[in-house]
Amino acid sequence: MRFAIPLGIFILMVGLLGYGLNLDPKKVPSPLIDKAAPTFSLAKLHAPQQQISNSDLLGQVWVLNVWASWCVACRAEHEWVTRLAQMNLAKVFGLNYKDKPDDAKNWLRQWGDPYSASLKDEDGRVGIDWGVYGVPETFIVDKKGIIRYKFIGPINQGTLNSEIVPLLRELSG
Amino acid sequence: MLRLLTLCLLLYTMPLQAVIETYEFESAQMEAEYYKLINELRCLVCQNQNLSGSNADLAKDLRKQTYEMLNQGKTPDQVVQYMVDRYGDFVLYRPRVKKGTLLLWFGPFALLVLVLWLVIRVMRKKQILVPPDADALQRAQQLLSDNQEKQ
Repeated sequence: MRFAIPLGIFILMVGLLGYGLNLDPKKVPSPLIDKAAPTFSLAKLHAPQQQISNSDLLGQVWVLNVWASWCVACRAEHEWVTRLAQMNLAKVFGLNYKDKPDDAKNWLRQWGDPYSASLKDEDGRVGIDWGVYGVPETFIVDKKGIIRYKFIGPINQGTLNSEIVPLLRELSG
Repeated sequence: MLRLLTLCLLLYTMPLQAVIETYEFESAQMEAEYYKLINELRCLVCQNQNLSGSNADLAKDLRKQTYEMLNQGKTPDQVVQYMVDRYGDFVLYRPRVKKGTLLLWFGPFALLVLVLWLVIRVMRKKQILVPPDADALQRAQQLLSDNQEKQ
């Protein structure tokens, strides 16, 4: 009985620290969730004379996948971005973040281009507005132009099946 | 010895020079604001560094953004708000006092008070803090004066 309180405190601390250890410090909650998507107007990578702005995309659910040719993890998630685009649940746009257009085009030629369009963000301004700090990142925007989801890091089969696809189905329905 | 000291000094200055790009400021006040801001904003790529200490690409961009906003006449608070709107409270090395951060700000003090209270309680229980009663005092004085007489 003498040890009840210290033991209780000990168990509480272990629980708390254990929980803390299992959190991923790289995953910072975005303040943009459930807010209107930051405005942008960007040229398409493959057709620089054409611009896309977020008002063009109102009324549909869409995915923004931030990628760059210099980003190794983007290569890792590319297969799953491609699968996602092939499911035709929503249009997948690429935000080509701080990249050289020629490098980006080569990359897409080499690995395949799943994107409805890739938008050029050469100086990273739009990236800052979207709170991008680690490429790749994946956002889901609903029909009203509200950001509903953000994933930091490479997506994989798990995130696709358990989070992204169910949310896209729900939002499109 | 002098050579070693010189070497140490040289090695010390290197990382400082490696990071900071030079900006021209209109006023000393703006310069001070700039350095205060980049010291208090976190670089999200290398999370244990502030913007001034980080050489990450994003940190460079955000330093530039900070400089440009100050140059446009924005106040430091507006710059901080701009960063928080995009990256969340996590960018602040000095978190704001609000409902979600109360525990962070005042938790340690609460813990201190709690521990002090516990310590006092335990000491009282074990009679460490209880003042000696009159009898005991008198006996102590008696013993002391006896001792003096013997000497």
